[in-house]
Amino acid sequence: MADIDIAAGGWTSEASRENVRRRRRGELWLKAAGLVAITIAFAMLLTLLASLVITGFRAFTQTHVTLQVTLPPGDETPSFRAATRGAIEALFEGADEAQKREASRILSSGAQYIIESHVAANPDLIGQTFSIRVPVSDPYDQLAKGLIDRETPEALRRVSDAGIAAFDRLSEAGLISRPFNTALFVNADSRFPELAGLKGAIIGSFYALLTCFLISFPIGIGAAIYLEEFARKNRLSDFIEININNLAAVPSVVFGLLALAVFLNWFGLPRGAPFVGGLTLALMTLPTIIIATRAALKAVPPSIREAALGVGASKQQVVFHHVLPLAMPGILTGTIIGLAQALGETAPLLLIGMNAFITAAPSTPFDSATALPTQIFIWADSPERGFVSRTSAAILVLLGFLVLMNALAIYLRNRFERRW
Amino acid sequence: MTLFAFALLFAATVAAYMLNRAAAASLARRGERLHSLATFHGGFAALVVLLPVFLVILLWLLFQGPVISALVMGGLPEGVLDGLGKGEVSLIAAEIQSIAAGQVFGTPEPWKLEAAERLVRLRATSGTLLVVTVAALSVVLLFLARRTVAPEFRARHGVERMVLGILVFCSTVAIFTTVGIVLSLIYESWQFFRLVPITEFLFGTNWEPQIPIRADQIAGAGAFGWLPVILGTVVITVIALAVSVPIGLFSAIYLNEFASRRMRAVVKPVLEILAGVPTVVYGFFAVLTVAPALRAAGAEFGIPISPNTALAAGSVMAIMLIPFISSFTDDALAAVPRALRDGSLALGATRGETMLKVLFPAAIPGIVGGILLAVSRAIGETMIVVMAAGLIATMTINPLDSVTTVTVQIVTLLIGDTSFDNPKTLAAFALGMMLFIVTLGINILALRIVRKYRELYD
Repeated sequence: MADIDIAAGGWTSEASRENVRRRRRGELWLKAAGLVAITIAFAMLLTLLASLVITGFRAFTQTHVTLQVTLPPGDETPSFRAATRGAIEALFEGADEAQKREASRILSSGAQYIIESHVAANPDLIGQTFSIRVPVSDPYDQLAKGLIDRETPEALRRVSDAGIAAFDRLSEAGLISRPFNTALFVNADSRFPELAGLKGAIIGSFYALLTCFLISFPIGIGAAIYLEEFARKNRLSDFIEININNLAAVPSVVFGLLALAVFLNWFGLPRGAPFVGGLTLALMTLPTIIIATRAALKAVPPSIREAALGVGASKQQVVFHHVLPLAMPGILTGTIIGLAQALGETAPLLLIGMNAFITAAPSTPFDSATALPTQIFIWADSPERGFVSRTSAAILVLLGFLVLMNALAIYLRNRFERRW
Repeated sequence: MTLFAFALLFAATVAAYMLNRAAAASLARRGERLHSLATFHGGFAALVVLLPVFLVILLWLLFQGPVISALVMGGLPEGVLDGLGKGEVSLIAAEIQSIAAGQVFGTPEPWKLEAAERLVRLRATSGTLLVVTVAALSVVLLFLARRTVAPEFRARHGVERMVLGILVFCSTVAIFTTVGIVLSLIYESWQFFRLVPITEFLFGTNWEPQIPIRADQIAGAGAFGWLPVILGTVVITVIALAVSVPIGLFSAIYLNEFASRRMRAVVKPVLEILAGVPTVVYGFFAVLTVAPALRAAGAEFGIPISPNTALAAGSVMAIMLIPFISSFTDDALAAVPRALRDGSLALGATRGETMLKVLFPAAIPGIVGGILLAVSRAIGETMIVVMAAGLIATMTINPLDSVTTVTVQIVTLLIGDTSFDNPKTLAAFALGMMLFIVTLGINILALRIVRKYRELYD
């Protein structure tokens, strides 16, 4: 506020008016800067989501071709490789040689195994001709989705002119379809994008989170109850609190180093197992749960404790019969938020080897497996074009789980949490 | 076998509870005045059985692996391990393990097959022994617990003492974790500094850790000076803060002073979403969208930009830090006493002037604390830089170049072949220790600043 010589003209003088205008302009600038900052943050969030959705939505469908497969009668162990080849070649009778050569490349290399497992499930198909839908290989999937420009010179394209002609022939015959990509959810990882799925990663993440919950939930609540209800203020309780606060801020990769040195190297636990991942995540989630539980315990009014003590309950009875049940909604909310953080955690899982290429879903928490975030990391590193959209799709699945968990936490808070 | 041991323990615990509760209840029915309720007698017995046996099972499982493999390796025929390094011995151990698991590659030497058989036998013996131990211990404890039931026995006090012990143990897990982190980092770093002098690590300006783990690998000669690595970390952190601090500060100022209640209710949760997105997602975003966009923009102006430019990693990291800084600033501004704000407004200052000249200076310690915590996050952040930053350590502060960071090096050194007698693996732990020390120092400083500032007004 500049010096204003009021005697020289007072509040109505031109100098004074100019001063007020200048101050208002300053105010406007500050407001505008704030709005711009918020807009930038929103724009970043929108760009993030939009780029994921735009690249990811295509992976939720997969181009398939319908084949008429004939298996010779009487043969209990038919050659599915030959049958598959025969089925695709039958579609190109009369076509030129180049097209025929390209035709077998249209099929995914997993097509024969899909036919094989279909027949294994229906043994009476042997000796018959049946129609079955199998996925096409990644370049042709990209072609069908319009991601390969037909105008680019042949040498720079991943599919040849003959291949395009062959594919168009199938398309005109009405054999090409694009159903929902169930492989994304029922298959485990694969080198071939059209066959790769998230089943192994989802189960691995589930086992890891289960282990994390079973360890961090009881220990976290126990620690919080001790610190909040029983601990006297002394060196030990101070030291514990400092430790908890510091652990909450230790970089996640350091927890990975701890797990590698202690769990894998000293104790010899299996490498890449969701159990070890869950153990590591439990140590990271512990501070979150302890802090949330303490807040929830603190929110229970002292009158409850005093009433229970007054009718003769012991201190532990007060806590376990009255305070803890009343604090449970808050504790559960904090726990779910902690688990959601753990679900997205990647770096410590990489260090304990949950980034291996594994084509089978784990059947116990002690088998090697990947987790959703590490699967995203693996796919993001894969050179095949088809993995770009699959990585985005996997991220959308991961974000979907996170939204679900947070929604559950918000629901619990709104539904059960009491204000005193 | 382990599952069976746990099932046995569970059964013994339930049995102890039922037995003692029934015994206490029958005493009460006979007109005795019990000190504790019957359920406490039951609970006492259950805990007396559960705690020691559970501890035994855990310790057994922890030490079974190392003890058995020591026995197997010790039982190998004379001379087969002569002249082999630590890494080769552990390779042989791993081979025997995989043979025992039924995965045989090629034709291993007969002594390996024999060792694998021994391993399988020892494991089976250990499993049986565990079950027998659990059963025997449970029975003894059950018997001892059963004898405690008496009218004057203070079962509730016993139960509460044990429960308190469990609670204390739970809260010391945090201490154990910290101790575990510190000890493992110190131990492995010490191993590293025996191979590479600490002065070379701290003051060397050359970082080329890709040295061979096996003799037949082709790799560099190795150099372990961490200065270019920490310089890269600093470059990316500075970029991230240069972008996120203004955005975070201005949005917090707007939300705190100018925004309507409804706008606040919408904007704050949306900003929080940015904090909840997993960092691997940000990493992919940086690779998929930001880096190509920056390169295209650079090509437009004729500036060559590296595909792994520090700018991409830094600016994406900034998105992650925005909600962090804005919520800390918001809290700090909201904590300034109302009287200061009212006094300033009453003197005729506009809201903007009140914010910039009164509230903001008063909140600065809290804001600085928040920014320091953001710095520690940026230094420790891993996935964004692993995916978007470079691998080669160069002494450069040009944000358009590719730089590497401490966390990137830790992850790349530990993915794939790891062997704990190789400086390449151990270097990751030395870097981890430096990372831990730096972030811990910044966190303590930040918390101290925040606490000091709080005392000012409380």
